[in-house]
Amino acid sequence: MAGKTGSALGWVVVGMIAAIAAALLLARPSAAAYTPMSATTLSTRALTEVVPDSIANAQQVRLGQYLVRAGDCASCHTREGGGFLSGGFGLNTPYGTIYSTNLTSDKDAGIGGWSADQFYAALHDGAAPGGGALYPAMPYPYTTRVTRADSDAILAFLKTVAPVNEHQPPNSLSFPFSVRPLVHGWNLLFFRSGEFAPTAGKSEIWNRGAYLVTGLGHCGACHTPKNSLSADKTRQALQGGTLDQWVAPDLTQNMRTGLGSWSVDDIVEYLKTGRNAHANAGGSMAEVVAYSTSILADADLRAIATYLKDQPPSPEVGASAPDAAMRRGAAVFSDACTSCHMEEGAGQPRFFPPLRGNAVAQQTDPTGVLHIILAGDRTAATAQRPSALSMPAFAWKLGDQQVADVATYVRNSWDNRAPPVTATQAKAVRKSLGLKKERLTEDSTDR
Amino acid sequence: MATQLPPVDAVMVGFGWTGAILGQQLCDAGLNVVALERGVWRDTPTDFATTFAQDELRYMWRHHLFQNVAYDTLTIRNNVNQDALPMRRLGSFLLGTGVGGAGVHWNAQIWRFLESDLKAYSHNLKRYGKAAVSAYDMTVQDYPVSWDEIEPYYDAFDKLCGTSGKAGNLSGKIQEGGNRFEGPRSAEYPNPPMAMPYGPTLFAKAAIEKGYQAFPHPSGNVSRPYTNPLGAQLGQCTYCGFCEKFGCGNYSKATAQTTILPYLLMKPNFTLRTESEVLKVETTADGKRATGVTYVNSAGEEFFQPAEIVVLSAYVLQNVRLMLLSKIGKPYDPKSGAGLVGKNYAYQTMGSVNVFFEEKIMNPFIGAGALATVVDEFNGDNFDHSGLGFIGGGYIAQMHTGGRPIEMIYTPPGTPAWGADWKKAAARNYLRAVNLSCHGSVMAHRGNYLDLDPTYRDSFGRPMLRMTFDFTDNELKMSRHLVDKAAEIGLAMEGVSTVKKNYRTGSWSVLPYQTTHNTGGTIMGDNPTNSVVNKYSQSWDVPNLFVTGAGAFPQNAGYNPTGTVAALTYLAADGIKSQYLKKAGPLVVA
Repeated sequence: MAGKTGSALGWVVVGMIAAIAAALLLARPSAAAYTPMSATTLSTRALTEVVPDSIANAQQVRLGQYLVRAGDCASCHTREGGGFLSGGFGLNTPYGTIYSTNLTSDKDAGIGGWSADQFYAALHDGAAPGGGALYPAMPYPYTTRVTRADSDAILAFLKTVAPVNEHQPPNSLSFPFSVRPLVHGWNLLFFRSGEFAPTAGKSEIWNRGAYLVTGLGHCGACHTPKNSLSADKTRQALQGGTLDQWVAPDLTQNMRTGLGSWSVDDIVEYLKTGRNAHANAGGSMAEVVAYSTSILADADLRAIATYLKDQPPSPEVGASAPDAAMRRGAAVFSDACTSCHMEEGAGQPRFFPPLRGNAVAQQTDPTGVLHIILAGDRTAATAQRPSALSMPAFAWKLGDQQVADVATYVRNSWDNRAPPVTATQAKAVRKSLGLKKERLTEDSTDR
Repeated sequence: MATQLPPVDAVMVGFGWTGAILGQQLCDAGLNVVALERGVWRDTPTDFATTFAQDELRYMWRHHLFQNVAYDTLTIRNNVNQDALPMRRLGSFLLGTGVGGAGVHWNAQIWRFLESDLKAYSHNLKRYGKAAVSAYDMTVQDYPVSWDEIEPYYDAFDKLCGTSGKAGNLSGKIQEGGNRFEGPRSAEYPNPPMAMPYGPTLFAKAAIEKGYQAFPHPSGNVSRPYTNPLGAQLGQCTYCGFCEKFGCGNYSKATAQTTILPYLLMKPNFTLRTESEVLKVETTADGKRATGVTYVNSAGEEFFQPAEIVVLSAYVLQNVRLMLLSKIGKPYDPKSGAGLVGKNYAYQTMGSVNVFFEEKIMNPFIGAGALATVVDEFNGDNFDHSGLGFIGGGYIAQMHTGGRPIEMIYTPPGTPAWGADWKKAAARNYLRAVNLSCHGSVMAHRGNYLDLDPTYRDSFGRPMLRMTFDFTDNELKMSRHLVDKAAEIGLAMEGVSTVKKNYRTGSWSVLPYQTTHNTGGTIMGDNPTNSVVNKYSQSWDVPNLFVTGAGAFPQNAGYNPTGTVAALTYLAADGIKSQYLKKAGPLVVA
């Protein structure tokens, strides 16, 4: 990293220009976003295959394999139809598409030729071999906390992954974001490197949880709100983010929107099986559960839960819903939702989630609940709970006003409280998901 | 020239209930299993989501989930003196296709046969004499399994499906509220009975007043959320009334999709290939060993899949046809009585009684496939048949399967079949009528059988299957008895105005829907002179060939067949796992 300090001032300037450009270019600030894929289609057997003793550094490789699970590397570094960890998965960002890199042992296209120092530099500094900068779509602001020993173990495992000689497609980013050196400016503004340091006075299990949540597990990459340049709003850590028309819910102790009403056991069960008495894992979280948390050690899940249960609650948001919308929404709910979610939103816990007290439904930003109503969703399939129970799409069946009304109703019934939803919001989510309304039920003249 | 594929431990032909059960059992035993299904992949959110599953026109009348008879069908006749003609539209039975088979569109009525059903020959011979079991050219014979042998597998299927019901006999102790005629159960049903609507409640009351027992129908539409031993999850039934002929959008009906596939599809040693039509089972030159199967994919490419074990797990009719096409076993000849493949084809004898009410509102749309109260006094040999002139029987049930508006409009006797008066009667009676179903057995008769049609061929040039079937007086008398008894109960229902008896009369017709309970043709028995397979569904002629499904039934009982089909499949799986894998060869020496 020679010369980094010397050019720092210049990069700050460039970074500021980029920030201004971005502010002007972007109609809507948003985080780096992911295209969700069905949660069980990737060839990820290598994540759980037993590493044979015959390998020279078997113990280190085993640790590395486990850490690749903990880091959920497969979700982004494997594309549908592609080889395990061979990259090429397109991440939709507000600035264009960034393709994930090949992590297989291939010497040409993968990391087969990387040294341990080079790999650590990537995780720790967001630096590519040769001094270039990685785009922060790679969550190095989190992986920087990974210890050197863990970094070496991950690389040791990756070197055992079957080589795939495939280069990822070139990124399709708009100017000026296509100018990779600008990232150095972003780093100066937003990135602080440094390995994880345990917090004194907190338990070992709490610190292990902190290491996983704020480090390799990079939970905040989705669950922390972002500023206009996709950097974490660090003072609102884990208070919930929006990405690719999903909401990554609040993970603080907020009783409505967060994990306030979940016990440590609830969180462990959710991460292990993809569902608990409060919620089912869907959307992008279904992948996280399938490729990461469901195949982690219970002790680590408990550590994650312990850390999350110690986060101060996010601020309350006041809300009240208009009576007319509530009446209309109740009618839609009775027709379309009660067969699974039952009267009073009681749900069938672990099968079809309760809507009473439901955190996703009560996020201040209604994008997630609108997405689920419009496009449907599937629950993560896990070894313990293999049924990928689904919610059907209603885009073709309900109009924007109906979708908005039922969302408003769900967000404000049975002691739930969240800002009401407008037809304009529903329409916007429908449009961004590319869903058409094929049946004009609400405009039909024979109503 | 067929492309040769790498060999596998077991190949399964057809992927419905029995394919899924055996696939799960064999994969858990560590075998490398390939399942070939000629139909398409089917799953809840894509093929029958709650938002569109309840579409009577699409599924029931336009046969969305059924076998397309323009592509493959069979020929039908009542007796050997007729020329069989292809069935050009599904009617009497609705053949399934695709992943899950007919088990996708079933009602989920989960029954066990009676102990006496399993010994239909020896039991009736002992009680009623030789004439009773040889009248009407009957070819009835015993199942080679005892109640004690099969009970654990019935129990396994109940636990897989989350069957909702009330036991009537727990380890020999008669239970209040259940079916006291059933064989001793090792365990109570995994879920409580479904909640009963008004019609079944009134029926049960009337039945009890007449001195019968009445009990809730055992149901694979689960009464509460259920997680089965494989971890698969079923949601609570919503009583929407779209089960029979429909897929369930709520994950409430036990099917291969809801109970097994989530688990099985995660197994690395399981492979499913859809749209793969098996042409025949290949055998060694001496015909004593199956080497694998030849199949064609949707692109018309031909493959040979070698396997150590071949399982015919398609529907009854297709299993029999593949046996005949593959020249395994000797085809049955009704004239000489020689040969076994195709022998003892049987079916179900359905009668019914419509019960009309003047004022009572029955809300027929509160329905589920197995939502009913049942009277079992006239099933099997639960009653004295002396002097009645038939053997066998059936159950009488007030089935509340739904109020589907095209199919389920009942009008009283004397109503015209169309026009303003029909409309008036239909509107008047839709909410004021219920149906009593009389679900009867079919014994085996010499003239009822399956063989290859000499004239009609399918798109691959293979002969179609030919079905030769008619009801005999044994079945018609039995059904008449049931209908009369049902009408008596109907007339005792509170608030009844009139009843309409629908007797089964004359020859079997392919046209009105009855049931998709086709049985026999690859029957099981205790030795190779009376059967195609042994009690493990293993071919006597080709020991590495197993033939699952209701083809094994020597004759059909008065109950729906799926429970017994599944139990026999579990029995076969146990035979393979505990004996065959240790020493390949015949599992029964006769």
